Amino acid sequence: MNQIIKEVEAQYLKKNLPAFDVGDTVKVFVKIKEGGKERTQGYEGVIIKRRGSGIGETITVRRVFQGIGIERVFLIHSPRVEKITLQKQGHVKRAKLYYLRERTGKGTRIKERIGARKTGEIENLQPETEAQVQEAPVPAEH
Amino acid sequence: MTTATKAKKPANQPVGLLGRKIGMTQIFDNEGQAVPVTVVKLGDNIVTAKMSKEKNGYSALQIGGFVINEKKQNKAERGVTKKLELPSLKPLKEFRVDDTNSFNVGEPIKPETIFADGMLVDVQGKSIGKGFQGTIKRHNAGRGPMSHGSKNHRLVGSIGQHTDPGRVFKGLAMPGHMGDQVKTIRHITVVKVDSEKGLLLLKGATPGVEGGLLVIKPSIQTWNG
Repeated sequence: MNQIIKEVEAQYLKKNLPAFDVGDTVKVFVKIKEGGKERTQGYEGVIIKRRGSGIGETITVRRVFQGIGIERVFLIHSPRVEKITLQKQGHVKRAKLYYLRERTGKGTRIKERIGARKTGEIENLQPETEAQVQEAPVPAEH
Repeated sequence: MTTATKAKKPANQPVGLLGRKIGMTQIFDNEGQAVPVTVVKLGDNIVTAKMSKEKNGYSALQIGGFVINEKKQNKAERGVTKKLELPSLKPLKEFRVDDTNSFNVGEPIKPETIFADGMLVDVQGKSIGKGFQGTIKRHNAGRGPMSHGSKNHRLVGSIGQHTDPGRVFKGLAMPGHMGDQVKTIRHITVVKVDSEKGLLLLKGATPGVEGGLLVIKPSIQTWNG
């Protein structure tokens, strides 16, 4: 990508996003406006698709609600997306999990990643702050 | 004379600036909505000459767009910048401005004096060349059936009547060269002016390729008022 465009985008990019990937179960907290009031709503599901780069990067989160499959696309750097928390890390062999659309019940289970942090640990896991990111390369220089 | 549909022509026309299209991206506004923007890198925009009514018969400002290698100038352009002891500038473009008193020859025009966030501008550029194209792509004509024995898939179709009028009307939509024309898009919103970096973020698309020359001018036309 062009360097100037990167600089323009840089100020809008979030630096504290957790490292999630396709197959993971995440909870996305979205700000919604209702009658002049703003509140945050959580939406939990499996990431079936991750596309784009930079400011236009999106994830598609699928969940089955009352027997009906719902897929929502989130611009992960959007200010409307307040927070994304990682609930479960999944082990999948595809980049796009479209096969989940044709499956129901037990067929939609995703194997948990071996060596992944347990659910309790993930919830307590703080997203990397900006300061930590900057500090990280220092020990490598010694 | 002016009607509601006809654009008015104000007395004092604003000066425009030259820039290069960098590419497109999107940013988020205060509401959190994604806004598509074209990133424009403005040139050096140094005033190279002032035309006056007494001397030239019209009032205008001549602006040198970008500082470039001297070898890339032609002799006429080199003559202008050498005489003023300015760096080599190209292209030299005139803007019809009635009041040239606030500008000085040899000084760059600052973008923040011309543009502000949220204002409307007209953007001129050379559209992307599409080569020789048929009427379907070039003029949005319809096509023939692709099956059921039809042999007319993308042909031109009828171009007129019979003995009366006995000729083809002028200006009829026909195949030909498409694109690579100077196009002006009016009323583009300025999303952001970054005078420090010399960047302009315009809402939506602008004509031409990435790296192409753009002339950006404050909008003067108003409709319905």
